[in-house]
Amino acid sequence: MANEVCFRTLHLPDPAALQTYRSIGGYETLRRIVTARMKPTEIIQQVKISGLRGRGGAGFPTGLKWSFMPRYFDGIKYLVCNTDEGEPGTFKDRDIIRYNPHQLIEGMAIAAYTMGARVGYNYIHGEIWEDYVTFERALEEARAVGFLGENLFGTDFSFDLHAHHGYGAYICGEETALIESIEGKKGQPRFKPPFPASFGLYGKPTNVNNTESYASIPWIMQHGGQAFQDLGVANSGGTKIFSVSGHVERPGNYEVGMGMPFPELLAMAGGMWRGRRLKAVIPGGPSTAVLPAEAIMGAAMDYDSLAQAGSSLGAGSVIVMDETTCMVQALKRLSYFFFEESCGQCTPCREGTGWLYRVIKRIVEGKGRMEDLDLLTDVSGNIAGRTICALGDAAATPVLSFIKHFRPEFEYYIQHGRSLVIGNK
Amino acid sequence: MINIEIDGKPIQVANGTTIIDAADRLGIPIPRFCYHKKLSVAANCRMCLVQVERFNKPLPACATPATDGMKIWTRSKAAVAAQQSVMEFLLINHPLDCPICDQGGECDLQDIAVAYGAPRARYSEEKRVVLNKNIGPLIATDMTRCIQCTRCVRFLKEIGGMMELGLVNRGEHAEITAYVDRSVESELSGNIIDLCPVGALTSKPFRYTARSWELVRRPSIAAHDGLGSHIEVQVKSGRVMRVLPREKESINECWLADRDRFAYEGLSGAERLTVPMIRRGDAWVETGWQEALEFAASRLLDTTQRHGGEALGVLVSPNSTMEEGHLARKIAQGLGCGNTDHRLRRSDFRLDGHFQGTPWMGCNIADLPKMDRVLVIGGNLRNEHPLLANRLRQAVRMNGAELSLLNPLDDDPLMRAAHKAICSPNDMVNVLSQVLKAMSGLQRLSLCLPPQYGRLLEGVRVRDNTLAMARSLAGLGQDYDLVSPRSAVFLGNIAQHHPRYAEIYSLAEAVAALCGATFGVLSEAANRVGMDLAGVLPGHGALNARSMLENPREAYLLVNIEPELDCHNARLAHQAMQAAGCVVALTAYRSEALQDADVLLPIAPYTETSGTLMSMEGRVQSFAAAVRPLGECRPGWKVLRVLGNLLGLEGFDHDSS
Amino acid sequence: MKMLSQESLAKIDRELAKYPADRRQSALMSALRIAQEEKGWLSGETIECVANYLGIPPIAALEVATFYNMYDLAPVGRHKITVCTNISCMLRGADEVVRHLQRRLGIGFNETTPDDRFTLKEGECMGCCGGAPLFHINNTRMCEWLTPDKVDEILEGLK
Ligand SMILES: Cc1cc2nc3c(=O)[nH]c(=O)nc-3n(C[C@H](O)[C@H](O)[C@H](O)COP(=O)(O)O)c2cc1C
Ligand code: SF4
Ligand code: FES
Repeated sequence: MANEVCFRTLHLPDPAALQTYRSIGGYETLRRIVTARMKPTEIIQQVKISGLRGRGGAGFPTGLKWSFMPRYFDGIKYLVCNTDEGEPGTFKDRDIIRYNPHQLIEGMAIAAYTMGARVGYNYIHGEIWEDYVTFERALEEARAVGFLGENLFGTDFSFDLHAHHGYGAYICGEETALIESIEGKKGQPRFKPPFPASFGLYGKPTNVNNTESYASIPWIMQHGGQAFQDLGVANSGGTKIFSVSGHVERPGNYEVGMGMPFPELLAMAGGMWRGRRLKAVIPGGPSTAVLPAEAIMGAAMDYDSLAQAGSSLGAGSVIVMDETTCMVQALKRLSYFFFEESCGQCTPCREGTGWLYRVIKRIVEGKGRMEDLDLLTDVSGNIAGRTICALGDAAATPVLSFIKHFRPEFEYYIQHGRSLVIGNK
Repeated sequence: MINIEIDGKPIQVANGTTIIDAADRLGIPIPRFCYHKKLSVAANCRMCLVQVERFNKPLPACATPATDGMKIWTRSKAAVAAQQSVMEFLLINHPLDCPICDQGGECDLQDIAVAYGAPRARYSEEKRVVLNKNIGPLIATDMTRCIQCTRCVRFLKEIGGMMELGLVNRGEHAEITAYVDRSVESELSGNIIDLCPVGALTSKPFRYTARSWELVRRPSIAAHDGLGSHIEVQVKSGRVMRVLPREKESINECWLADRDRFAYEGLSGAERLTVPMIRRGDAWVETGWQEALEFAASRLLDTTQRHGGEALGVLVSPNSTMEEGHLARKIAQGLGCGNTDHRLRRSDFRLDGHFQGTPWMGCNIADLPKMDRVLVIGGNLRNEHPLLANRLRQAVRMNGAELSLLNPLDDDPLMRAAHKAICSPNDMVNVLSQVLKAMSGLQRLSLCLPPQYGRLLEGVRVRDNTLAMARSLAGLGQDYDLVSPRSAVFLGNIAQHHPRYAEIYSLAEAVAALCGATFGVLSEAANRVGMDLAGVLPGHGALNARSMLENPREAYLLVNIEPELDCHNARLAHQAMQAAGCVVALTAYRSEALQDADVLLPIAPYTETSGTLMSMEGRVQSFAAAVRPLGECRPGWKVLRVLGNLLGLEGFDHDSS
Repeated sequence: MKMLSQESLAKIDRELAKYPADRRQSALMSALRIAQEEKGWLSGETIECVANYLGIPPIAALEVATFYNMYDLAPVGRHKITVCTNISCMLRGADEVVRHLQRRLGIGFNETTPDDRFTLKEGECMGCCGGAPLFHINNTRMCEWLTPDKVDEILEGLK
C-alpha cells in the first residue's frame, strides 16, 4: 500500500484543489486542535511517538526539534518550511506542493499553533516556478476560506504563511543559508550555535523543517503518533517518499513504509532500465555514500539498515546506476556540482571542492596519476568536518565512497586514460 | 564565571566568552584571519580550529563560546592537522611571490604559514586569478592575493556605517569588490589596509616605497582633530614614509581617520617653507635665521614702541602645541599686548568672561558607546571627528541609543538618527529654544528650569520633532537610569562658529542641565582646550580674534596660520594683513595667504617637533619629534624662544618643550 | 523610479507585503527577478535601481544578483534554455539532449544564436530528476522526459 500520507490525494482528480483535500478530511485536524485548544505539549508528544525524523536529510527527530523552540518569548516567532530541494536525485517536495499543497499548509498551521509562531515562510526551489505558482494559489484558497490569517476558527490563534521563491542556489537548502536568503542576502550558512530555535529568521526563534516533515503532521495528528510509527519500523517511523531516478524503468516518487527492502522499491520503480544489471546505488542523494549492488540489494530503506550498509537514508533520493555507468565520470559530475554550489565563504570548501574537481577532471582527461587517488582521499578528509556547514562533508562523501568501492575502476582509468566501461569514451 | 582549561592552563572567564578571547587572555597564540576583536564574527577562514574535549571534529575558536569545564587543545595532533590543512587550502590559490608583494614582511598569511603551515605543497592544478579593482586614490588592490576573510566588508559595514564593499559571486569565484568600479568613500577607509591580513589591500601612497623592516617606528599624537589619536610615524632615512594607528582603546581603539593616516604626504610637499624669508618690496628673499629673527624682532619692537603694545595682534592656530601657545602669549605680554587669541573661526565672543574653567567634551571618548541618548547640535561629526562619529555609531548599533540631530545640514551620519531637526542656520536658536521649552513642559522636569530662560522661551512654538527630541532626551516613559543618566548634549563646529553661539551655548547647557545629560563642546582642533589653558585668549578688555581684524593692527604675529583660510572672515583678514605695517609669520608652508607677510619663519610641523597637545576630553599628551626638521626649519617653540630673547623679554630660556 | 515600469513596481510591492515593514531587503530576490523579467537581464543600472527602491546599498543587491544562478548579468536570447546535466539527468541521456540542442542551434553553452532567439545554459539539479532528462525555459517553463524529437517539437513552438 503506497501514497498513504503526503500523497493521499494523488489518486483523486485535481489532487491539489482545496475541495479535494477537504473531501478527505483536510483541515479538520487543524480545526479540532485549534478550537479544542489542544495543549502544545500533547501535540509534541504525539509527534515524538510518531517517530517522525526530519525528511530533509539530517533525520533529526521532529518532535524533539519542536520542543527546542522557546515556549515563552515576547516577540514574534517564525516557522520556515524548506522546499528548496536541490540535492541531485531529490524531487519529492516538489510533488507535495504541486499535488497536495494544502496538507503542507495544514501541517505548518498545526506546527505554528504548537510552537506559537505567528508567521511562516515556505522557501521554494528556484527552478520549479510553475509549482511555486501552484502553491501561491493554494495559499490564496486557504486564506479565502479562513484557514490562514487572523483569528483562525474564531479563536485567538493567527497564522500567516507566505511563499519565498529561491533563484538557483543549492546551498539555500541548508537551513541557516535559507534563513539568510529569506532575509534577502546571499545564501551563506551561519555558524551554529546559535541554532535557529534561538536565533533564526530576523534573529527571532525559528523552526525549520522539510516539506515532507510538515506534510506528515496532519496525518499524524489525525490518526495518532503510534499509527504513523506503525507504518514504518523501529527507529524509522512512518512512511517515506523515495525519489527514484536514474536507470530504472519508472523513475518517480514512491511513498512507502520505512524499512521496505530495496529490491521491492526497485521493483515498484519497474525494475532496471532496459533490463540491464544493477551496478551501484546512491540511496539518499550524493551527500550519502554510494553503495555497490550487492550491498544495497541486501539493505532495507530505513535509517538503521542503510547505516549498517555503510551509507544513510538522507533525503531518500535513490539514484540507480547500471552496468553502463562509468563511476569516474559520474564522480566528476558530482564533484563539479559541489564545486559549483559551494557558497564560498569558508576556506576548506571554497578551495577544496575546486581542487577535488580539477583532479578528477584531469583523470577523466587521461592525465591522471596513481597518487591522485590518495590525494583525493586526503583532501576530502581535510574538507570534511572543518567547514561551517555540512556541504563540506557532502562534497567529501562521494569522493571517498566512490574511490572506496570502485578503486580498480579509477586505477584502470588512470592507467589507460579511458573508462573501463565500454561505451564511455 | 566559568572555569576552562586551554593547553592545560586553567582560566576563569565570563560566561559567553569565546575560546579565542580566553586564549588571548592567557597569551596562548591561536592563528586567525577572519576574526577581529572589533568586528562581528564570521568564522569563515577556519584557521583558528582547535580541538575540544568530547567533540569529534575541531571547532573554530573564534566562534565557539567556552562552556564550564571545557578542555581545549590548540596544538594537539588533531588541532595541528586541522590548522595545517586549512593553511594548505589557503595557499593553493594564493600567489607565492612574497618578495614582490607589498605586504611582504608584515603579512599574517606569510607569518602563520611559517608557523602553522605544512611543509609540502601538493597542489598542481591551475591557480585562480582575480582582476584588480579600482576603489579610489588611497587603497591599492591586488585581488588575486585575497583570502576572502571579509574583514574589509565587515569593517565598512559595521564601523564605517555603510556597506561599500561586498563579496560577490559564489564559491571559488567569490571576490571582494565595490559596486561597479565605485570608490570607497568612508573617512575611515584606510583602516581596511591594516585589517587586510594579506597583500590584497595596500596603501597607494606608500606602495613600494619601503619594506616594513626598513622603517623606524616613532610614537606620536595625531593633529588633525580634537581626539588626540595615538599614531606611529614610520620613518626611513629621515623621511616620514607612512602613519599608522597605535592602539589606544580609550581614544582611537585600533583605528585611525584617513586624514590622520594620509596627511603625511604634505610634509614633504613642494609647498613646504624650508628657509627663512624676508619680503623686500614685492620680492621674497631667502635669508639666514639670525637676520630673519633680528628683522622680525626689530620690526615688532619698533611697532610696539611707536604705537604701544595694543598695536600688535597675536593669532595662534588652535592646532599649535601648548608650548608654542604659551610662548606666543608671553611675547605678547612682554610687548604689553593683550590681543592674543586662537579662536580664529569664532564670530560670537559674548560668552567671554563668563566662564569658569574651559569648555570641553564633558565626558570621555570611551563613554560614548555606552550612551543611550545623545543630542548633537550644529556639527557634521563624520568630517569633524570621524572616530567620534564611529563611537556614536556603536552606541546606536549596539546600544540602541537614540540620536538626535539639530543641524543646518542634512548630511547622512551613516547611523540611525532617531530624531532630526534640520533648519536654516538662523533658525537654530529658535529650534533649540523649542527643545528647551518642550523639555521644561515635561512635568517631571518643569520645576528645575532656570528662571533666566523663561524670557528666551516666550513666544516659541514647539514643533513635533523638537517635542520628540525633548521626550527622547528626558527619557520619558523609558526606564533609563535617571540617577546617573547615560545621555549627552554636544556642540559641534557649526555651533561654535555660529554668530549666535552665546545663545546656542546657554540654551544647550540648560537643556542638558534639565535632563541631567552630560554637556560638552567638541573641540574643533587638536589643541583648542590646551590653548584655553595656556591662556592664548584676549587679556582683559583686549581684542579677540575677530575684533583684531575688524580694527586692523599695525603689526601681527601669526603662529601656524594662514589668515584668509583659517579666520572667520577671509576678506577682513586679507585687508587687515595688507594694511598692517608688519606681519611676522611662523609657518610650515608658504602660501598665497601669506603674501602680505613681511617675514616668514619656517617652523616644523607636528612630525618634526616635540610638543604637548590637550584633547577635547582634557587629556594632556606630549610627543617627541619623529624626524629632523626639513631644511632650515626649526621647532616653533625654539623660534619663539629666540624671538623672545631678541626682543629682550624676561624668562625665555627654556631649552626643551 | 523611472527605470522600472509601474507594473513591475506593483509586483515588487506585492512581494514586500510578505515581510515585516522594516525588512524590505527580504523582497530583494523577487524584486531582481521581476526586474529581470521586465528588462530581459540585470544591468548595473537595473540592479542599482532595485536597490534604491528597497533602500539598501547597491553592493548588497549586487552580492545577491551574482550569487544565484538564475539571474542573468548579461543579455540573453528571447528563449533561455537551461539544461540540467547533473547525475540523474546524465544517467538518462542529458548529454544526448545537449548534443542535439547544440547541433540544432549551432551554439555551445553560454552562447546566443545570432538572431537572439536562443541562449543555451548548463544548469544544476532542478529538483525534477524523475522527469529526466529535462531543461527549463526562461526560468519558468519546465520541459521533462526529453528526447531529440520532443526537443525539436519544443523548439518549433519557440518563435
Ligand atoms: C548543503 C545542504 C543542503 C541541504 N538541502 C536541503 C534541502 O534541499 N531540503 C531540506 O529540507 N533540507 C536540506 N538540508 C537540511 C537542512 O539544513 C535542515 O536540516 C532541514 O531542512 C531540517 O528539516 P527536517 O528536520 O524536517 O529535515 C540541507 C543541508 C545541507 C548542509
Ligand atoms: S561548507 Fe561550503 S557551502 Fe558550507 S558554508 Fe562553508 S563554503 Fe559555504
Ligand atoms: S579566525 Fe576563526 S574562522 Fe577565521
